[in-house]
Amino acid sequence: MALQSLDIRARSATTTPLSSVRRGVEVAKLIDISKCIGCKACQSACMEWNDLRDAVGENTGSYDNPQNLTESSWTVMRFFETEPQGRLEWLIRKDGCMHCADPGCLKACPAPGAIVQYANGIVDFHQENCIGCGYCVAGCPFDIPRIAKKDSKAYKCTLCSDRVAVGLEPACIKTCPTGALVFGSKEDMIEHGNGRIADLKERGFQNAGLYDPAGVGGTHVMYVLQHADQPGLYALPNDPKISPLVSLWKGISKPIALAALGLAALGAFFHYIRVGPNEITDEDKESHDTTRPDRAQ
Amino acid sequence: MTNSWVDIKNANLVLIMGGNAAEAHPCGFKWVTEAKAHNKAKLVVVDPRFTRSAAVADYYAPIRAGSDIAFLGGVINYLLSHDKIQHEYVKAYTDVSFLVREDFGFKDGLFTGYDTDKHKYADRTSWNYELDAQGYVKTDPTLTHPRCVFNLMKAHYSRYTPEVVTRITGTPQDQFLKICEMIAECSAKDRVMTILYALGWTQHTQGSQMIRAAAMVQLLLGNVGMAGGGLNALRGHSNIQGLTDLGLLTDLLPGYMTLPSEKEADYETYIEKRTPKPMRPNQLNYWSNYPRFHVSLMKAWFGNAATKENNWCFDWLPKLDKPHDVLQVFEDMHNGKINGYICQGFNPLASFPNKAKLVESLSKLEYLVIIDPLATETSEFWKNFGPYNEVDSTKIQTEVFRLPSACFAEDDGSLVNSGRWLQWHWKGAEPPGEAKGDSEIIAELFTRLRAMYRKDGGAFPDAILNLTWPYLRPKSPSPDELAREFNGKALGDVTDPKDPKTVLAKAGDQLDSFAQLRDDGSTSAGCWLFTGAWTSKGNMMARRDNADPSGLGSTLGWAFAWPANRRVLYNRASCDPAGEPWDPRRELIAWTGQKWAGVDVPDFKADSPPEEGMNPFIMNPEGIARFFAVDKMNEGPFPEHYEPMESPLENNPMHPDNPLARNNPAVRVFKGDKEAMGTAKDFPYVATTYRLTEHFHYWTKHAKINAILQPQQFVEIGEDLAKEKGIANGDQVRVWSKRGEIRAVAVVTKRLKRLDVEGKAVHQIGIPIHWGFKGEARPGYLANTLTPFVGDANTNTPEFKAFLVNVAKA
Repeated sequence: MALQSLDIRARSATTTPLSSVRRGVEVAKLIDISKCIGCKACQSACMEWNDLRDAVGENTGSYDNPQNLTESSWTVMRFFETEPQGRLEWLIRKDGCMHCADPGCLKACPAPGAIVQYANGIVDFHQENCIGCGYCVAGCPFDIPRIAKKDSKAYKCTLCSDRVAVGLEPACIKTCPTGALVFGSKEDMIEHGNGRIADLKERGFQNAGLYDPAGVGGTHVMYVLQHADQPGLYALPNDPKISPLVSLWKGISKPIALAALGLAALGAFFHYIRVGPNEITDEDKESHDTTRPDRAQ
Repeated sequence: MTNSWVDIKNANLVLIMGGNAAEAHPCGFKWVTEAKAHNKAKLVVVDPRFTRSAAVADYYAPIRAGSDIAFLGGVINYLLSHDKIQHEYVKAYTDVSFLVREDFGFKDGLFTGYDTDKHKYADRTSWNYELDAQGYVKTDPTLTHPRCVFNLMKAHYSRYTPEVVTRITGTPQDQFLKICEMIAECSAKDRVMTILYALGWTQHTQGSQMIRAAAMVQLLLGNVGMAGGGLNALRGHSNIQGLTDLGLLTDLLPGYMTLPSEKEADYETYIEKRTPKPMRPNQLNYWSNYPRFHVSLMKAWFGNAATKENNWCFDWLPKLDKPHDVLQVFEDMHNGKINGYICQGFNPLASFPNKAKLVESLSKLEYLVIIDPLATETSEFWKNFGPYNEVDSTKIQTEVFRLPSACFAEDDGSLVNSGRWLQWHWKGAEPPGEAKGDSEIIAELFTRLRAMYRKDGGAFPDAILNLTWPYLRPKSPSPDELAREFNGKALGDVTDPKDPKTVLAKAGDQLDSFAQLRDDGSTSAGCWLFTGAWTSKGNMMARRDNADPSGLGSTLGWAFAWPANRRVLYNRASCDPAGEPWDPRRELIAWTGQKWAGVDVPDFKADSPPEEGMNPFIMNPEGIARFFAVDKMNEGPFPEHYEPMESPLENNPMHPDNPLARNNPAVRVFKGDKEAMGTAKDFPYVATTYRLTEHFHYWTKHAKINAILQPQQFVEIGEDLAKEKGIANGDQVRVWSKRGEIRAVAVVTKRLKRLDVEGKAVHQIGIPIHWGFKGEARPGYLANTLTPFVGDANTNTPEFKAFLVNVAKA
């Protein structure tokens, strides 16, 4: 939600050059599931810092509460009882935005500037530009954004971009009592994760590994998993990719749209010749913009 | 805790049993992750449920609720029979070589001296050492004498074979043995285990003995006094340690001094019984200082009115007929013997067993005063909340006064953490509305009562009229003044006994240590154990220097730890008899040639050279640690397995033929409560109650965020039982005991497994406690609707952790 206008790397539905004066380091949050005790202090800190209060819900047979991400719950713990190595494990995963390097939400978003990616890697929603179309939901391979009923805007974890912008760690990191959540440069976090993975392998988790999926260009929220060979145990996609629908929207459909645009221009030319000039409204302009490539690759 | 939170990081093995540190103490649990990260420590969890502690453990084993002594007895047997003990430590620092009286015995589950009519050990004289003519304990350093503690202990625990352990606890034998192996590794001098426990041990009728059994394991391994070792009670409230230290229990005075009993009506008898003589040569016998602590306390309370001539006002102290713990008080209330009750920072309707009996008891009061920041269930016990509190208000005449108090964040003061650190805190906000600080409320009450006594007199006005009240604003004593008072000060000049010309503290000065306390009336201290917390140099509790030069977490510049700013109790035992550390990497203190010194404050006479033979356990008159508890425990000198009061078994598998030894033979059961206990025929499932991380007791359901995180009451049921009962995950179920019924959502889980106990299947049901009929969370039933009105045979802490229920789909 913080507008770090000087270090924006990508902006939804925008082709004009972006202002990128500052070049910060790429940041990352590392979630070490093997150290997580599911205390939900991170959920509580998220609510406190962002002034979010979800409804007092109900119990439907698990420790998950709130039971899912909502516009007011930007992170939730998900509990999984499983016996992958013949003995019971209770895997507890903090769910929330992964801050993909190649964000499907941003790619899918038709509203200029509703979704931005900062130079530090944080993907942020700017609700004042959001048109509530829900394309970001379809574009996200992790099912993260939620559209609020009250204002039809999309909401999700900001990785506390407001705190990070002034040199603080995200609120969840500050509150985590066991160090299951750590934050720093992506490079440092990978190194820290590798140390944790070595420790887990010594403790009998042969398939421990880092979850930093390449299909979305890597993420700025990574997991240390005890069973990196089975992300499904944690309800994580094995190989997340941006939905083909987004590719369709930005791929095949684009030339068709351009052809349509060409025809429209031709029509307009004859219209101009025959009828004379026409007033161009803002709406026309916007729909025109959306057909352009959304960002420089 | 014998050690501290930070010290957990020094362990090689962390055993969590009788507690659930990750859920109930998530912030302190960080030190377990530190031990794992920096020390490659392993974490073992033994619990009826696979908890969130188990979720991050290296090894977990299930256990039947209430069978921990069988498990620990089996560990003791394993260590002794596999010779996995720290021999030098055990020989030098424990009672293994001490001879026990010839008339001591143990038969059919009962120790000598049991009175079957009174259902208690009426005569405990045989539970003692054999003494020589000088009053010293006789010993056999060869450990061959059949009555030396070592051989008695060996014989006692030889019965706890792995087969027996598995039969009683339901812990699969391979899992039990795996844990024994891991524990046994810590008998090496350079490997140390810590044990973390909490209410999972204390809330049993044999809770105190579970803790003792664990202490015995630690002594056999030589882990007491070591950095990374010890026996560590994780206290359940942020200042429950301070409550115990200041003596707010039925029979205590501040600093673990005790109130006189009816039989100790004169001062000499009282003092003599509490001032022991050394039981081995050259021992420090620290409680020989009892008179200094006691007289200083009475001077703090009664000032000039306390004189040598009037035995320092001894006659004004109440003389106890019996323990008046909370269960006894509510029993008296139930019997109409109490007509008024002041309830400060306490929600007994929610926190004590058998809600129906508590409601009946409170209904018999004329008045009830509630001092609390929250509108508690107790304060509205008289109001009908539908099924959650089905009462007829018209039939309850009790007048309830609610005095809103500040919460901990709205007041300055000190909190004592589990590691015995007194940490000063500063208020973060003013209390809302008419709320006042607790000391202000008590001061108002006291000054008004005193004025009434002054004006109208009374049967016994002396203690009230003579109580010292030296505060600048009598109706609002400041936390600083109270802290300086418990630390203590010199009333006259205090001089050095070795050189009377040297003045250690001038009259009026704050005292620096309890070594300066005197029994001649020249010093005062409200709690001798806290002396050193606010010295002539100022408030030591407010110190925040976390410098840790050794890396062992001995941060002597951070706050103040009782006693004497010591971080690890019994730290003399971290060195061998010659004064060298057992493990050089864990050097807390050592003998320098002139004195004991190191990164911690020595728990020892600082100038006693090793060759003097003084032993590390200075609070015991024999200077060593006891496997054989002599006559200090109500149910015997060695922990023995007894079944919980409500057990799925008809008899105690250890003593199948003796019904007297089915349950703890020394337990106190009131009339009517026995009849309210169920049997396995009607109530076939073992239930246990506990906390969840998302809530703190019955407080945080009043807070919106906590209510969001865990909104609704639930119970946990294993998949096997759920299938048997046709209960699906998320169904509403009813759970009932002989005392009442609750309804809740069923969380059907793999984390509660069926156990095989004595050839039968035992299912356990988990009942989190946090719901009630007040607050932001969804209304629920008080879990203590179900629990039995009975407590530990020593402390009377209620048996919340093992009782019987039935369950069905609602």
